[in-house]
Amino acid sequence: MIPAQFDYVRPGSLAEACAELAADEDAKVLAGGQSLLPLLRLRLAYPSKLVDVGRLPELSGVHDRGDHVYIGAMTTHDEVIRSAVVTEGCPLLALATATVADPAVRHRGTLGGSLAHADPAGDLPAVVLALDGVLVAGSEEGEREIPAAEFFVDYLETALRPGEVLAGVKIPKLGPGWGFHYEKFHRTAQAWAIVGVAAAVRRADGAIAEARIGLTNMGATPLRAAAAESALRGAELGDQVRQACEMADEGTSPPADLHAQPDYRRHLARVLTRRAVLAAAGSP
Amino acid sequence: MSEIDVGVVAEQIAESDQISEPSGAPELGRPRRRKEDGRLLTGRTRWTDNLSRPGLLYVTFLRSPMAHARITRVDVSGAIGLPGVVAAFSGRDFADEQGSLPCGWPVSEDIVIPDHPPMAVSEVRYVGEAVACVVATDRYRAADALEAIDVEYEPLPAVVDMREALSPDSPKVHPEGNKAFSVKIESGDVEAAFRDAPVVIDRTYVQQRLIPTAMEPRAVMAETDGDSYTVWSATQIPHILRVMLAVITGIPEHKIRVIAPDVGGGFGSKLQVTAEEVLCLLLARRLGKPVKWTESRSEGNMTVHHGRDQIQHVRLAADADGRIRGLRVDLLADMGAYLMLVTPGVPLLGAALFNAIYKMDAYEFGCTGVFTTKMPTDAYRGAGRPEATFAIERTMDELAAELGLDPMEVRRRNWIRHDEFPYTTVSGLTYDSGNYEAATDRAMALFGYDKLRAEQADRRDRGDPVQLGIGVSTYTEMCGLAPSRLLGEARYAVGGWEHGSVRMLPTGKVEVITGTSPHGQGHVTSWSQIVSDALGVPFDDVTVLHGDTAVAHKGMDTYGSRSLVVGGVAVLKACEKVKEKARRLAAHLLECSPDDLEFHAGAFQVKGTEQRKTIQELAYAAFTAHDLPEGAEARLDSDATFDPENYSFPHGTHLCAVEVDTETGMVKIRSYVAVDDVGRVVNPLIVEGQVHGGIAQGVAQALFEEAVYDADGNLLTTTMADYLLPSAADLPAFVTDRTETPATSNPLGVKGVGEAGTIASTPAVVNAVVDALRPFGVADVRMPCTPERVWRALEGAGR
Amino acid sequence: MPRITVTVDGITYEEDVEPRLLLVHLLRDRLGKTGTPVGCDTSNCGACTVMLDGRSVKSCSVLAVQADGCDVVTIEGLGAGGSMHPMQRAFHEEHALQCGYCTPGMVMAAIDLLRDDPDPSEEAIRHGLEGNLCRCTGYCNIVRAVRRGAQEMGQAVKTS
Repeated sequence: MIPAQFDYVRPGSLAEACAELAADEDAKVLAGGQSLLPLLRLRLAYPSKLVDVGRLPELSGVHDRGDHVYIGAMTTHDEVIRSAVVTEGCPLLALATATVADPAVRHRGTLGGSLAHADPAGDLPAVVLALDGVLVAGSEEGEREIPAAEFFVDYLETALRPGEVLAGVKIPKLGPGWGFHYEKFHRTAQAWAIVGVAAAVRRADGAIAEARIGLTNMGATPLRAAAAESALRGAELGDQVRQACEMADEGTSPPADLHAQPDYRRHLARVLTRRAVLAAAGSP
Repeated sequence: MSEIDVGVVAEQIAESDQISEPSGAPELGRPRRRKEDGRLLTGRTRWTDNLSRPGLLYVTFLRSPMAHARITRVDVSGAIGLPGVVAAFSGRDFADEQGSLPCGWPVSEDIVIPDHPPMAVSEVRYVGEAVACVVATDRYRAADALEAIDVEYEPLPAVVDMREALSPDSPKVHPEGNKAFSVKIESGDVEAAFRDAPVVIDRTYVQQRLIPTAMEPRAVMAETDGDSYTVWSATQIPHILRVMLAVITGIPEHKIRVIAPDVGGGFGSKLQVTAEEVLCLLLARRLGKPVKWTESRSEGNMTVHHGRDQIQHVRLAADADGRIRGLRVDLLADMGAYLMLVTPGVPLLGAALFNAIYKMDAYEFGCTGVFTTKMPTDAYRGAGRPEATFAIERTMDELAAELGLDPMEVRRRNWIRHDEFPYTTVSGLTYDSGNYEAATDRAMALFGYDKLRAEQADRRDRGDPVQLGIGVSTYTEMCGLAPSRLLGEARYAVGGWEHGSVRMLPTGKVEVITGTSPHGQGHVTSWSQIVSDALGVPFDDVTVLHGDTAVAHKGMDTYGSRSLVVGGVAVLKACEKVKEKARRLAAHLLECSPDDLEFHAGAFQVKGTEQRKTIQELAYAAFTAHDLPEGAEARLDSDATFDPENYSFPHGTHLCAVEVDTETGMVKIRSYVAVDDVGRVVNPLIVEGQVHGGIAQGVAQALFEEAVYDADGNLLTTTMADYLLPSAADLPAFVTDRTETPATSNPLGVKGVGEAGTIASTPAVVNAVVDALRPFGVADVRMPCTPERVWRALEGAGR
Repeated sequence: MPRITVTVDGITYEEDVEPRLLLVHLLRDRLGKTGTPVGCDTSNCGACTVMLDGRSVKSCSVLAVQADGCDVVTIEGLGAGGSMHPMQRAFHEEHALQCGYCTPGMVMAAIDLLRDDPDPSEEAIRHGLEGNLCRCTGYCNIVRAVRRGAQEMGQAVKTS
């Protein structure tokens, strides 16, 4: 199908982009376009104007900033996977990004685009949430930092204000002793996750010292499995972990769609959380 | 002048002899790389959407968002005057000339064939039905203008569920009611077979609705020079389409030329006469300008005919030792909103195959076709035969489980032994040849059946959360459609013959014209192999033309695994006629009797002498016509039609091992072995490719694909993000092998291979899934066996 | 209307384009590069895969304006001097195509996959091609072709 008409600008700076967006509330940001273009083609979106930020140099690249990794919003999935800074500083993001769509889509699609699109079925929002990432929004007024826990407001809705563009993401580095796993459950390789579980786990003395768990597609936004996280604190690998992970679906409100009903998603969240935690703890 | 030309031609002939491979090695059975590939691999393709004409206009259709509604108003005036818009029309604008889309298979006396206007005029009956169209200077503006058309609908109740549709208080899809037809077939004493039967297996299976999804979306281009018309279409059936377009529109048949250029897959979905084909032709006529329409995938998911969609009630009576006494089958078949080209015939193509390869004395088949407010169903790879095969092969596994027997053992006790052929089955088909023992033994060995059974037992004992299941499918099918006489008896509107012609060109090359219309099957290559052997000419010296009614003037097109079995044989027969003409010419030139000539390696030689004439020399002699036998014409060519006396019956044994994650319900195919007997093989590469692709589509029905409508009749699987097709990452490597029992119904001994893989594989996979879960008390899983369905089956069985 | 400059299969074009024009329609309808077909609306099927600045992309999900200043290689620009690319030849040898509609995209995806993994396992090939759907072949021969193409390309590098 064919997109409806829209205007197009390719601003030379983030400030210019923000000004364009502030001036027209029906304008939309164009990043890699891998979520937006199918929507435009199906005529599910009618933006007046696309503000192409894909080439802004200040929005791209991966930077090691000591205690955190800073990733420009326009960094493609492919660049994320290939970045040594990412695989060393926040390997969970690399693991999950490698499961996004397919290679050609990963060449175009961007981390910032995925996060700003805020599809709870997307793999990366739950990862950034689990890692306590901080999203950096740019606007004409300058930069504003938004913790991931506050960024994902509702289905396809973020805390970005009109005139703001997602500039990048700060992912805190976790120290030694942490293990990671992204468990994606989908019916075919390129299908969206029915449920995904992003787990970061610190082990100490044969038990789980700390766990951070992000859930994909278990509600209108990505969610933390908070009850399971606290139950996992101090849990020994085995029955205790199993019991703790039975709480993984607490506080979720999973959707019903073609591929799964809510009760099945809840069940999957429990099973997959256990698998993800054990895999992250190095004990699959 | 002639001397110079003769020299050149002679040189060319000599050259072609030199570059050719020794013609002693037979082409039949040789894994020739395809002649078709070069263009396709380098992008020099002729898909219909690639084509253009000067001044080409683009057509888009506005489609109904309602499953069932009365159209109270269509206002296209908003579109007129928009940039690039040339015209916009509603159904009413074409009411007097658009006719009704044809149903070519009125299967019973009681059949109801509702009027089916290409563009809806007063009522819509499925989501996606065309209600208006725009013609514009490019596809972007044509798409824009659709949004300016205003349609008012008065909603009518949707009819989505087949069983509810048959209840007396159901809303009606058509005034005549929701029953399209009913058919009953009985053979033997079914009552007696079931009376006091020690074992009766009673099961109901759901054949979910599928979307065929050829990779090339449909496209049509039409133009007129004011007198005659040319239609290019991504179709499997240019010849049938031409006839039908003439009948529908009243344009005389000889004024219509239909061209199927490169066609990107069909699987039955392009075996259709579509609304868009008719309307593009009418738009070209009305506007006097060339027009083109190309569907989008989401448009296609809604409006390319769907496949399968049956509810099958199967009852099988058996003795305590597993021998089958009789079989009863009751089908409900969802027709969708209208009867299209072969819609009602599809379930009946399986009517004689539920008894499959098994001997039994009694059989009863009933089928009711039901109208619903959904996209019509029609042929999809296998068409009726996969459904029948699934039902019986699933039921054989249930019988085995009931008796505590190995599923293969139950089959062995019932199947027709190789020394019993030809065998007339309870449903009246005569299977000419086959060897089920040989194919099964080979498959079991390749599969490592006993070892996998041992592993399965071990996993069961250990309570492994990942369980192993083994599925068996010993299938046969009927294809090579088909003997015209039998088609006539089945009330099919056309015959099943095929046509081929072969002409020797002056330089000794061979031009073959086939009435089949390949769209991926490699006919150009396979037919070249047949001709190369028959005429003793080099493989590379043969060209094959097809898919244009002005070039291939007779044909019945490509579907039902018929092309090689019927069309390939027609080409062979044409070659034989050419050879006979050549023999007379050679005898004349060599001054001998035709009987004194031996044909070998492309030349006629006088027995016991060195005197010979090559077929190339004879071609040139026929061209110059300087010295022809008395009464002979200046041509070395011929044509032939072939109409087989019987269907052909490929068979084989497919074995599938699956791993089922009992925690999540995820099914993963661990290994898959297929041993097929498709008779004699012309090109093993092409045959293997057909088997691979067939298996993949059958596996996809078992595990992935389903067209889903909601209660209001909205299609929920409109994109490839929702209708899940397997990628390379979702399928295993298939292990394939063959046994070869030649067909006796055609001189090539071939049986057809286009649908076999799809027919065989679906039950093999589902049997494997059920086999894995049986210890948990699960006796069936509805297709597709999604993780959620498997999980629910386990939960429902109480584990 | 924005003016873009784009190089396609070695030829540089300057085109005025509507912002909404899809790259694949620029290729097909404007530049006559019909070797790259369209198979879906949702970037699932991969039939339209081309190389954009050396990496595979689905040209139905890229705007022509986004390709401004870029280098595009389509199936038509793969071979050199009238001969086929080793991957094209491998597809021919292994009978890795039937109807051929997915083939241009499949070949491009296969070549892209070898950039990172010149000697891929069967599993790596299957996953590397997960964004390209084929309805005819069941993928068996495509996987074989990519293995063969990889070997021949590896050979080509070694001998050159």
